[in-house]
Amino acid sequence: MSSFTHSVYLDSEKCKGCINCIKRCPTGAIRVRGGKAHIIKEFCIDCGECVRVCPHHAKKTRYDSLDTMKEYKYKVALPAPSFYAQFNNVTDTGIILKALIKLGFDAVFEVAAAAEMVSEMSRKYIADHPEGKPYISTACPSIIRLIRVRFPELIDRMLPIITPADLAAQLAAAEAMEKTGLKREEIGIFFLSPCPAKVTSVADPLGIEKSEIDRVLAIKKVYTALLPHMKHDDAGDNEYKRAGRIGVSWGITGGEVGGLLIDNYIAADGIENVIRVLEDLEDSKISGVDFIELNSCTGGCVGGVLQVENPYVAKTKLKLLRKYMPIAGSHLDGKVPENSFWTKEVEFIPVFRLGATPKESMEIMQKIDELAEALPGLDCGSCGAPSCRALAEDIIRGVANERDCIHLLKRYLHKISSDLNSL
Amino acid sequence: MCMTMKLHFDVSGEDFTRAGEASGKVKSKLKQLGIAPDAVRRVAIALYEGEINLVIHAGGGEIDVEISPENIKMVLSDKGPGIADVEKAMTEGFSTATESIRSLGFGAGMGLPNMKKYSDEMKIDTKLGEGTRIFMQINL
Repeated sequence: MSSFTHSVYLDSEKCKGCINCIKRCPTGAIRVRGGKAHIIKEFCIDCGECVRVCPHHAKKTRYDSLDTMKEYKYKVALPAPSFYAQFNNVTDTGIILKALIKLGFDAVFEVAAAAEMVSEMSRKYIADHPEGKPYISTACPSIIRLIRVRFPELIDRMLPIITPADLAAQLAAAEAMEKTGLKREEIGIFFLSPCPAKVTSVADPLGIEKSEIDRVLAIKKVYTALLPHMKHDDAGDNEYKRAGRIGVSWGITGGEVGGLLIDNYIAADGIENVIRVLEDLEDSKISGVDFIELNSCTGGCVGGVLQVENPYVAKTKLKLLRKYMPIAGSHLDGKVPENSFWTKEVEFIPVFRLGATPKESMEIMQKIDELAEALPGLDCGSCGAPSCRALAEDIIRGVANERDCIHLLKRYLHKISSDLNSL
Repeated sequence: MCMTMKLHFDVSGEDFTRAGEASGKVKSKLKQLGIAPDAVRRVAIALYEGEINLVIHAGGGEIDVEISPENIKMVLSDKGPGIADVEKAMTEGFSTATESIRSLGFGAGMGLPNMKKYSDEMKIDTKLGEGTRIFMQINL
């Protein structure tokens, strides 16, 4: 069984114990206990909604610092497609790629280039395996994590192809070793990430044994470091520029399906919308569709919490940037890269199940139902649970008690005081 | 004592925005109970078809679900027009839905056939002008 490693964590000094994050978490994974938020690690899918919504910036993401570049003799930057959409007045990706070299990287391998290969592989895979349609995209790690705990019937629908970032890492590492003659451990593969979910998927990958990404940097950190190195003179082609429209478009919703060259698809974004699509798919309410692209963040990867730009503005920038690009810059040329398919089964982990057997679960649920009836049903969150129902579950699980409900507590205090008065 | 859990839902007619609410709630309960994923899916599909039928044909009705460790029993009852020819209604593709309903993507004539297909037992009691009562059971 896989562990539940996460890259979202709490800075408890900054946490005020308010209810913003508990109400917004799509899997109900956060509780405020003892005045501080706690993440239930089995429920968390690293979507970053709590990071986005926390007004005190107490929810944070673990990522590597730029200083880790010093640990390697040869460093390759892997910019996510959405990275290009963060800058003002950039009309050509050449400026960004050159700036990464000036920042200290020895080479750049565009994730967008690998994405074009993944698009090609996906087209072939879907054509060769029509029985599994509709396939669900697996580029967003939060979606895979959501499916494995909540949609067991959909596990087999996940497209078993590695992510563009992981493919880029493999290709970049191989290229670097060949070019420099260095050992693998002397080469550092740095992914410039839009979100915590991708950080987690490197530390604790699903579908593959190990990611070839060595370090994950936050786009927002690289952004500021990169600005002084960006020069208009660097516009134009260079040796690192190998992606076209298809690859760059992966940074926004509809980009991945765009590369499949089909019309009968669904592309949904925003975790709540994604959950609705998965529910409908599970109930066989969706038909006539070959592929379902799902992005946890609104707008796609441009909406990631480690980004700088407003996702809608970023989307427009990306569209302008890709306007004069060739349709695709990278191709498989009939050769499918090694290790580009999943090698490990993703297993269903029933974390939301109440008991070990249906019978035991039913007994527990009956207790929860009775308790939930007695709660006020306001879902105010003051107890630290996202809803009255969640508090009832917590009480039965033994991690909360009825007095955590301020409304029940008030009633109780009233009773005590009137009892005292009547003495 | 045999352990059971009972759920009751009132389904309002002609309100498509709420159709699927009952089957959705039943599904999430079954998942929490750790019922086998395949059975959960079958219940969700069969019940959703039934729920849609209540909305389209009967002007609403009621759903009662009884969950036990052995099986899931569902009863959908309505005071709608009743089914004139049950055998015909069970034929795939046969539908009496109006054009306006079809334009919403419903009325493909798969409702009752799917309910039968996904359940282990199904029984229809219907009387013209009085209503219909459908019983479905899915064994665990």
